[in-house]
Amino acid sequence: MKNHYSRTAKGLHWLMAILLFGLIALGFYMSGLSFSPEKLKLYSWHKWAGVTALLLLVFRLLWRVVRRPPALPASMPKITQYIAHAGHLALYVLMFAIPLSGWLMSSAKGFQTVYFGVLPIPDLLERNRDLGDLLQTVHTGLNLLFVAILLGHVAAALKHHFIDKDDILKRMLPANKPE
Amino acid sequence: MKRFITALTLAAALPLAAHAVEYKQIQTDKSTLGFGYKQMGVAMDGKFRKFATQLSFDPAKPASAKATFDVDLASIDTGSSEADQEVAGKQWFNTKAFPTARFVSSSVKALGGNKYEVAGKLTMKGRTQDVVAPVTFTPQGNQAVFDGSFSFKRVDFAIGEGPWAAFDTVANEIQVKFHLLANTGK
Repeated sequence: MKNHYSRTAKGLHWLMAILLFGLIALGFYMSGLSFSPEKLKLYSWHKWAGVTALLLLVFRLLWRVVRRPPALPASMPKITQYIAHAGHLALYVLMFAIPLSGWLMSSAKGFQTVYFGVLPIPDLLERNRDLGDLLQTVHTGLNLLFVAILLGHVAAALKHHFIDKDDILKRMLPANKPE
Repeated sequence: MKRFITALTLAAALPLAAHAVEYKQIQTDKSTLGFGYKQMGVAMDGKFRKFATQLSFDPAKPASAKATFDVDLASIDTGSSEADQEVAGKQWFNTKAFPTARFVSSSVKALGGNKYEVAGKLTMKGRTQDVVAPVTFTPQGNQAVFDGSFSFKRVDFAIGEGPWAAFDTVANEIQVKFHLLANTGK
């Protein structure tokens, strides 16, 4: 049985890692800015990047169905395997829920998302200030949760590499080319 | 039968002939004064919650019609409180120094049918410009609806100065849309 991820899966993993890191950093930075043209520009870019992340996620999930990821090593205890699967599931759910909550928030606040200023993304909700504020809290909360699970994800990968000394981290590294 | 029709025709014509209908009051609570613009290429809209009007419009004598609007600029609703506060500030409306926008009609032309063209002067932030608005007049019983729109360039009124002066974030062109319910008043 193969024990590595496909080149496409690796590419999507690392591309999204960079994109999501940038999105989260930009999100927290821009929301603290005072109202200015720069702030409005950054919000638009953040939304475009968010739509891109959602599209990449859809492709990634489809790819995951077509090319199943390698199994976890048999050396891992069942309970740890279960936690690993639950963690990955949570990351996928959040990678879907976070852009969706941003999209809903934009709709409720009356700021339609127009992808790259060209393609209008339909508003999912009627304009409603209170609902918009609530969705903003939800969007922020989901991101804090995502960051917490992500820290666990990184910690687990490093533990596998340096403590368990298995190939869990290496099989996702770009250098480890499939044979 | 012939007499009946004559009576009916007379009855229908009488109220108009007796005295022309003059619309004198705009029910601001049933009227909307909105605006539209583009932000980062995205169509946005908002409205003003408070405005006062003076009106005198007789469809039979459009040339003598008059309209005056005073818009409370601080009553703006852009959709976000952050933006509402921003546009009240010095770089935008500067509502502390210039609390109202005023429109005074100078001429009203009948374009045929129920269409009219209202020309007038719009004053905001100490600057005055000529504007022309096509208006559709729709009588509804003893009330009437006026629908219309016009656009202006925000640069002409120095609305959005300093870092907002460039049009790449907020476009120069602003559309004003109004839907006014008028009655014949007291």
